[in-house]
Amino acid sequence: MCITCGCGQGETKIEGEAHHHPHSYVHAHEHGSLVQSRPHAHTSRMVQVEQDILAKNNQYASANRSHFAEHGIFALNLVSSPGSGKTALLTRTIERLKDKARIAVIEGDQQTSLDADRIRATGVSAVQINTGKGCHLDAHMVGHAVEKLALADDSLLLIENVGNLVCPAAFDLGEAHKVAILSVTEGEDKPLKYPDMFAAAEVMLLNKVDLLPYLNFNVPLCIEYARRINPYIRVILTSAVSGEGMDEWREWIAAGMRQAAEQKTNEVEALKRRVAELEAALKNVRGEG
Amino acid sequence: MHEMSLADGVLQVIEDNAKINGYSRVRKVWLEIGELAGVEVEAMRFCFDSVVKGTLADGARLEIIVTQGEGHCFGCGKTVPIQLRYDPCPLCGGYPVEPTGGLEMRVKELEVE
Repeated sequence: MCITCGCGQGETKIEGEAHHHPHSYVHAHEHGSLVQSRPHAHTSRMVQVEQDILAKNNQYASANRSHFAEHGIFALNLVSSPGSGKTALLTRTIERLKDKARIAVIEGDQQTSLDADRIRATGVSAVQINTGKGCHLDAHMVGHAVEKLALADDSLLLIENVGNLVCPAAFDLGEAHKVAILSVTEGEDKPLKYPDMFAAAEVMLLNKVDLLPYLNFNVPLCIEYARRINPYIRVILTSAVSGEGMDEWREWIAAGMRQAAEQKTNEVEALKRRVAELEAALKNVRGEG
Repeated sequence: MHEMSLADGVLQVIEDNAKINGYSRVRKVWLEIGELAGVEVEAMRFCFDSVVKGTLADGARLEIIVTQGEGHCFGCGKTVPIQLRYDPCPLCGGYPVEPTGGLEMRVKELEVE
């Protein structure tokens, strides 16, 4: 366990380096060794806690979310099983978007930096997080990766989570949306088998649809299962090979980026108005005084 | 799912709380776990025992209070008990039943010294 901030991912490595401190971005806290430092009283008492187990992760996530909001960054958390074609889809997405948008990628895998290398080959910056034994990214790791990336304002951040349809559902990273990627070489009943992930996702990309002629995959049934779990889920059929659905996916991203940028501008405008109001009020007070 | 990370989350909550409330030893931990939270209770016990080794909660007893799953049926509009996420509505058989209760993963109370 990391002694300075208590993060449990002792084997987490960001871009090949062990997780180092000091931290400058999200947290300013310390974990002292409580056992040794306090005298023992040996009288027991009850303490009401009533705190969410994921409270710590959620704090980091909301710090990430505020950072993204302040800078107009549209962050997506891409989740899927291993082998769903996430990285290939990402590289194709980047190729289609990179002339119009600034993009950065966080790659999560247990081991190796192969995926980050594939992303960098497209010309955008990428940071690899190796989770070691961990089966998902958490908001704390993402906060550190964001420090490394130095994201541009109004940019797109694509976070490719560890290939796993279970754990990443519970860990908010501060993203705007989760995007679940399901390939047609998997079963159409996956949304029912791993409901949490499809319930948490805004969009389902049904990927590798160029292979449909060779498979017995029932597309309408798969969509029906996904909507049984999440009636609002948007479904886009995609193929990184044929390019099918890539325009619709790209447009959905572009709309999200516009919205993030507009929200930032609106907030800046609102703050400017507030400053002007306060300055006027101050002037009045001084004038009266 | 991911009980090791959750057990680690429990320990973090305890360590933070110990600083506020000034205690050095935890003897008992009460967790509230919803039926629909996707937590395997036995795995949670196992992970908790190993995560707290050498900490202020080493050897602490874990009490798990399971809260009942509940959902709102989009079909008939009623609030119904459910044991599994995304089970059909027990009244009308419809989908989806949006979980509204039994999702908790909370550290409720501690016995400390």
